[in-house]
Amino acid sequence: MPQTLFEKIWNAHVVAQDAGAPAVLYIDLHLVHEVTSPQAFSGLRARGLQVRRPDKTVATLDHSTPTKDLHLPIADPLAAKQVAQLEANCAEFGVPLYGLNSERRGIVHIIGPELGLTQPGMTIVCGDSHTSTHGAFGALAFGIGTSEVEHVLATQCLLQRKPKTFQVRMGGALQPGVTAKDIILALIAQIGIEGGTGHVLEYTGNAIRALSMEARMTVCNMSIEGGARAGLIAPDDTTFEYLAGRPFAPQGEAWERALAGWRQLPSDEGARFDQTVTLDAGALEPMITYGTNPGMGVPISGRTPDPDALRDVGQKNAARKALDYMGLRPNQPLLGQPVDVVFIGSCTNSRISDLRLAAGVLKGRRVHPRTRVLVVPGSQQIKRQAEQEGLDTVFKAAGAEWRESGCSLCIAMNGDQLEPGQYAVSTSNRNFEGRQGRGGRTFLASPLTAAASAVEGQIADARMYTG
Amino acid sequence: MQPIKTFAARLLPLPSENIDTDQIIPARYLKVTDKAGLGDALFTDWRARDPNFILNQPRAKEAGILVAGDNFGCGSSREHAPWALLGFGFKAVISTSFADIFRNNALKNGLLPIVVDEATHQQLMSLAEEDPSAQITVDLAAQTITLPDGRAVTFPMDGFVKQMLLQGVDEVGYLTAKADAIAQYEQAHGGTLRTQPSLS
Repeated sequence: MPQTLFEKIWNAHVVAQDAGAPAVLYIDLHLVHEVTSPQAFSGLRARGLQVRRPDKTVATLDHSTPTKDLHLPIADPLAAKQVAQLEANCAEFGVPLYGLNSERRGIVHIIGPELGLTQPGMTIVCGDSHTSTHGAFGALAFGIGTSEVEHVLATQCLLQRKPKTFQVRMGGALQPGVTAKDIILALIAQIGIEGGTGHVLEYTGNAIRALSMEARMTVCNMSIEGGARAGLIAPDDTTFEYLAGRPFAPQGEAWERALAGWRQLPSDEGARFDQTVTLDAGALEPMITYGTNPGMGVPISGRTPDPDALRDVGQKNAARKALDYMGLRPNQPLLGQPVDVVFIGSCTNSRISDLRLAAGVLKGRRVHPRTRVLVVPGSQQIKRQAEQEGLDTVFKAAGAEWRESGCSLCIAMNGDQLEPGQYAVSTSNRNFEGRQGRGGRTFLASPLTAAASAVEGQIADARMYTG
Repeated sequence: MQPIKTFAARLLPLPSENIDTDQIIPARYLKVTDKAGLGDALFTDWRARDPNFILNQPRAKEAGILVAGDNFGCGSSREHAPWALLGFGFKAVISTSFADIFRNNALKNGLLPIVVDEATHQQLMSLAEEDPSAQITVDLAAQTITLPDGRAVTFPMDGFVKQMLLQGVDEVGYLTAKADAIAQYEQAHGGTLRTQPSLS
């Protein structure tokens, strides 16, 4: 019987399946960071257990770490303690750590692919919902809680019920100035933030095949914002070219063997999905959110909704509450809305291609005086590459701040945050109330839109800048 | 984890839909290295914004079951969300649906995510809003909630998870008992990736 990509990976990782019980699923790669792991290591210690496979585990520091003055001690005592705790846990349990001063450190979902750890056909987990990012390689990758982090540390396995499958078929070709971020924001606006609950998404179609690996990661990254724990894209030559030669990718004969296996992974002709939705990428405009969840997105030339015009009581209340929090009027155009802060970064959009897009708009231009711009590369390697290309000079000359890598203003745990009432155009993934700082108000958009908005000091259409 | 026995508890209504885990507990409270004390930070920004918010009312401390809108617990995978709900004193959350990761995290900690149909949900929400002292009884073994009028409503629950919760055991024991099967799997399918030695 024809199988989907998901089913092939799932079936290859079931260690045991007792009647009535969930599957015992083997995990090929476990990524660990400082925020969701301390209680898991404490649990191991309390039970007298070891990390079963430290050689299938990697840790880094990203969430609560500073993005400037790395040579100084961490000012926040709680963050400092959490960082020290991960360092101690990794030393005690033999887990490799890309620590504060490592040149390979970065956001956990950036460095996995960058180092070649993320490979097709794998199962990958991390105590972080944006683990879905790694699905861009045709790996089954999903976020887990701290209890499950402990399970994987102890046994390299998880108990899982098999999710359903959901095909997102994306035909057509993107118009100039429209990016992967706009694809995923448009999808979530269409299916809603719980549209993918209980499902693994597989993105298919010409528009997906045409995307670079970095753009595919942006799409898969936000699968969770549509409610799906995982999103997959079948591996192809684009995937293999990206992986070849990366430090942890197989080499020589092992590469050839791996490649032969990876080519068998794509969903078979005639494989059945539990659900399918079709979108025309050619019809998409740049997207922006106006509200307080990632499903509240509209084309950039659009307007906020009028709650009174909505029939559904739930939607009416949600729209009213969102506009109230955002301080926006019904039927207000998004273009021209003043912006205090622009954030270019996060596991969604902080890769070199994202920085190049933003720099392309900012080159030879100045950031508007009312706007502060933070550019936070996804990893120290990306930072170095951007500096070699002179992108940092472009950003600094425009008046933007150029920082060290980390999650930064996406989650606002490290001191980078919005002040109450401030408006931000952000390339990150969540616009929840207070996500970027208590009282802060977030518009999610692409790096192009963010850069154009930085120049104008208000929400702007980047297509005016991209020729 | 304590075995979950049949219990009766008061309800607290929170009718918003799509309550994400950033609202349940904001990220700035995630810089902890243990699980204790997070109850004080439950919905802290909503509590700070509105003195009359339901969690600021005396009845909140008397309640054991949160009745919340659809898609409760969406967003971040932080297990701090169920830790904070338990820390505040909740034993269950009732909604028409839960986000996948939150539901898993809740069950790992003995916080019951109880899914009911829309009509029952409306009835419970009205009951909670009209009568702060109204109690319902939760019987996990029978998978029922019993309303004050005596009507019992069943709720879905994974049979395997239910047994774990009734016995008060977690999944680590089940998984470690599979050590032989795991070792066999590793021999047959080991995979080539090794994260060690790490790069400089």
